[in-house]
Amino acid sequence: MSEFFAQYGDLLIKNTWVTIYVTTLSTFFSYVFGVPLGVLLVITQPHGIWAHKTLNSVLGWIVNIGRSIPFIILMVALMPLTRLVMGIAIGPNAAILPLVIAATPFVARLVESSLQEVDAGVIEVAQSTGSTIGQIVWKVILPESLPSMVLGASITFITLLGYMAMAGAIGAGGLGDVAIRYGYYKYQTDIMIATIIILIILVAVIQLLGNGISRKIDRRIKK
Amino acid sequence: MIEIKNLSKFFSTENGDFAAINGINLTIEDGDIFGIIGMSGAGKSTLIRCINLLEKPSEGQILIDGQDITALEGRELLTLRRKIGMVFQRFNLLMQRTIRDNVAFPLEIAGVEKKSRLERVDELLEIVGLTSKAGSYPVQLSGGQQQRVSIARALANHPSLLLCDEPTSALDSLTTNSILKLLKDINHKLGVTIIIITHEIAVVEKICNKVAIIDESRIIEQGLVKDVISNPQQDVTRKLLERGELA
Ligand SMILES: Nc1ncnc2c1ncn2[C@@H]1O[C@H](COP(=O)(O)OP(=O)(O)O)[C@@H](O)[C@H]1O
Ligand SMILES: [Mg+2]
Repeated sequence: MSEFFAQYGDLLIKNTWVTIYVTTLSTFFSYVFGVPLGVLLVITQPHGIWAHKTLNSVLGWIVNIGRSIPFIILMVALMPLTRLVMGIAIGPNAAILPLVIAATPFVARLVESSLQEVDAGVIEVAQSTGSTIGQIVWKVILPESLPSMVLGASITFITLLGYMAMAGAIGAGGLGDVAIRYGYYKYQTDIMIATIIILIILVAVIQLLGNGISRKIDRRIKK
Repeated sequence: MIEIKNLSKFFSTENGDFAAINGINLTIEDGDIFGIIGMSGAGKSTLIRCINLLEKPSEGQILIDGQDITALEGRELLTLRRKIGMVFQRFNLLMQRTIRDNVAFPLEIAGVEKKSRLERVDELLEIVGLTSKAGSYPVQLSGGQQQRVSIARALANHPSLLLCDEPTSALDSLTTNSILKLLKDINHKLGVTIIIITHEIAVVEKICNKVAIIDESRIIEQGLVKDVISNPQQDVTRKLLERGELA
């Protein structure tokens, strides 16, 4: 055991950090783009506060197309764009671009469903109070759905963790890369198992954090 | 004064246009507590929602102090709404905000600066008797208390008109009485005109000076509460007085 750690400990720790780093940044940026998209999807729907049929269908189509492309294919297809934007087509930083592009439509749908949970009655109050559309979004819809969006963020992080492992297989580094290089090509089962255990722990921690924070900030729960 | 003239609202359905309200004429004087009573589906909510244009009328006029508001749009519409308070059956509080911040909400919307906002919120919580709950969240309050918060919120921007859509229908009778008393006080002390929708005659008897009975999208009878009660003209009104409510 200690021998194993002495030999591979550094490798595992370093790549765990790479995975966490890439996944965190990708989650962050997919929310930067996904939240506005989710908001637009909700407010432009037929009885939304900014009903706009054409815009709603166009956005819906974009999101659906984005969601139907398997990540691994998207990543390969995007390589020329990645090289252009990130200056490099492979490696951890390069993986962020395809990860964000893949996750943004996913986030938009998650955000959309969180925002739809907001009671129509409170939106009506905001309207009867003379709120602008922007005020309704900022002061009512987003704050009221925050606990639900926090849960969504943990789901996104976990999904991106999986994508990042796939990206590792084609040169993005991180735990997926370690698992493929050592566990698969070199038949080192112990390393394969170690990466799996680390991933399981990561998922569990994120899940706990997501649930915990969401409950903590949700004022609908009597404390 | 609010003059509603020949007001109709049509909704398109599979079977053609449906008139939720049809040719409504009403005059509400300043200082009135005006009851509108009718059964479920009669068009009560549609009518009251036309007054702040949550629903856009299809035909007719609504004159507030002589100005027709039905054509207002954009900024002018928002300004109008800020001057009319509205209270709903289901309270509709912001669940993630404290009671203080719920009451402050319309002030934020109107761009009132923080210091005056806090002062105004204290006054309002005092009026509705919930000063001690300022830091609580809606989930920690009873239904009656939540309705008091929503009344405080509706009064925030000093409206001269308060629209109440079945404000006591979700409350037990004891709580109903205390909410009605609060509305009456607000009318007396602050001079706010109140339009209140209900399906219970008791609500009208307790606080209204005038009443209109709405049935199948039309006003079938209206007048001073004492006149309508002592001398009802329509079958529906007589039935209402016998049964106490139009459910
Ligand atoms: N947005 C709408 N679209 C179609 N029909 C509506 C709409 N709003 C209300 N109605 C119909 O108009 C009628 C009156 O509704 P409402 O004013 O809510 O009645 P009340 O408040 O008296 O119960 C009902 O038959 C209702 O189904
Ligand atoms: Mg109604």
